[in-house]
Amino acid sequence: MSTRFTPVVAGSALPSDAAAPATPKSVVHRGGTPNPGAAALQQQFAGAVRSVSVVWGETTVVVEGGQLLEIVRWLHDDPSQQYDYLVDVTAVEFRDLELPLEVVWHLRSLPYRRFLRLKVQLAKNAPLEVPSVWSVYRAADWMERECFDMFGIRFTGHPDLRRILMWEQYREGYPLRKDFPLRGRFSRSEQLRQALASNPEARYSKEELTIAQAFEDLPEDMRRRLNAGEQTGE
Amino acid sequence: MGLSPRPDAARSQVVGGGEPWVTTRLDFLVNWARANSLWPMPFGTACCAIEFMATAASRYDLARFGMERQSFSPRQADVLICAGRVPFKLAPVLRRIWQQMPQPKWCISMGACASSGGMFDNYAVVQGIDTIIPVDVYVPGCPPRPEGLMYGILLLQKKVMNERAADKSLRNEMEPDPRSQLYIPPSAIDEVSEPFGNSVHQTRSGL
Repeated sequence: MSTRFTPVVAGSALPSDAAAPATPKSVVHRGGTPNPGAAALQQQFAGAVRSVSVVWGETTVVVEGGQLLEIVRWLHDDPSQQYDYLVDVTAVEFRDLELPLEVVWHLRSLPYRRFLRLKVQLAKNAPLEVPSVWSVYRAADWMERECFDMFGIRFTGHPDLRRILMWEQYREGYPLRKDFPLRGRFSRSEQLRQALASNPEARYSKEELTIAQAFEDLPEDMRRRLNAGEQTGE
Repeated sequence: MGLSPRPDAARSQVVGGGEPWVTTRLDFLVNWARANSLWPMPFGTACCAIEFMATAASRYDLARFGMERQSFSPRQADVLICAGRVPFKLAPVLRRIWQQMPQPKWCISMGACASSGGMFDNYAVVQGIDTIIPVDVYVPGCPPRPEGLMYGILLLQKKVMNERAADKSLRNEMEPDPRSQLYIPPSAIDEVSEPFGNSVHQTRSGL
């Protein structure tokens, strides 16, 4: 009596006779079929792919930091990949001092219904720098700012890399790093004094890139105040 | 039928068979008016604000206590109800809102986080809003039930009823003076809090 419901997805890159998507019955913890994107990456960027692993059905590719932007751009642009959605940018620091700090990108291809996790390992004795993917995904803007705010990782090429969750005068460091004490570095009274000293209505300074670019377009009084040295929260 | 005189405050008397008179203390009249028309300024930052909304909604009905109007402007508010945790980034905002409220004004710290920082003993959260603004009533709970908040409001009304209009010191606003005996320097506060350890090195249990 009932006919099977077949959803028609506009923009899908899957062939028309492909099986309808279904929730997998059982997913093994380690191992399993890797994302086809991983093999394509190994072919395309042979020297840049360090390892491929599959955990709970999700593919993780560890790549060289220097070539990250090329890899992400290729994954985004190539018609056989089409990773058009940047889900998350974050970082992981392990308690082990030997282990490097990892920066993680979660990519999703809506046309192919695929998920890919990219990782870059950063040694702790080297400057924490990775290329920004802002030029490919505008969504990376705030996520990279948050990652910079919490871990102190510099995303080179980001147009406006500054703190986003903590206030800009925050002087205690990067809260999600393992060497950061949970209560912060300063005493409670000093933290409170610094917080109360900030001006909640000031939201700009001439040093901010976006303001500096649009400086000529600002109203006269704001230009005068900025030139007189007025700063955010001071 | 009719009004019966309140023995403690208002007294009606008939003088010479003419119009009835009511005499009362001015304090009582003013405080009665103030206590029963407290306009709350809800400063809700977290889950306590949900309980506050439940308190204000029809089942618990804050309007019964003269809080019909939620004042979302601090300039038309009498009592600041801080519901939820306050991060350091918000501390100057809360202070500014308190300063914008006209006298007379009171403050209720609702919930564990607003009163003491609660479980958020970390780098980002103010350890009790009484380090920023004066607090009249602390309502414990995580979050407090509406009955708890209403009990706090009734306590505040009781406090308002006992105020004296002639006492100017109640309405004085001043920055803490280092020469005052009540002033505790920050270093002393740090020293006093030291036995409780910090989150990295817990000495609280005495182990």
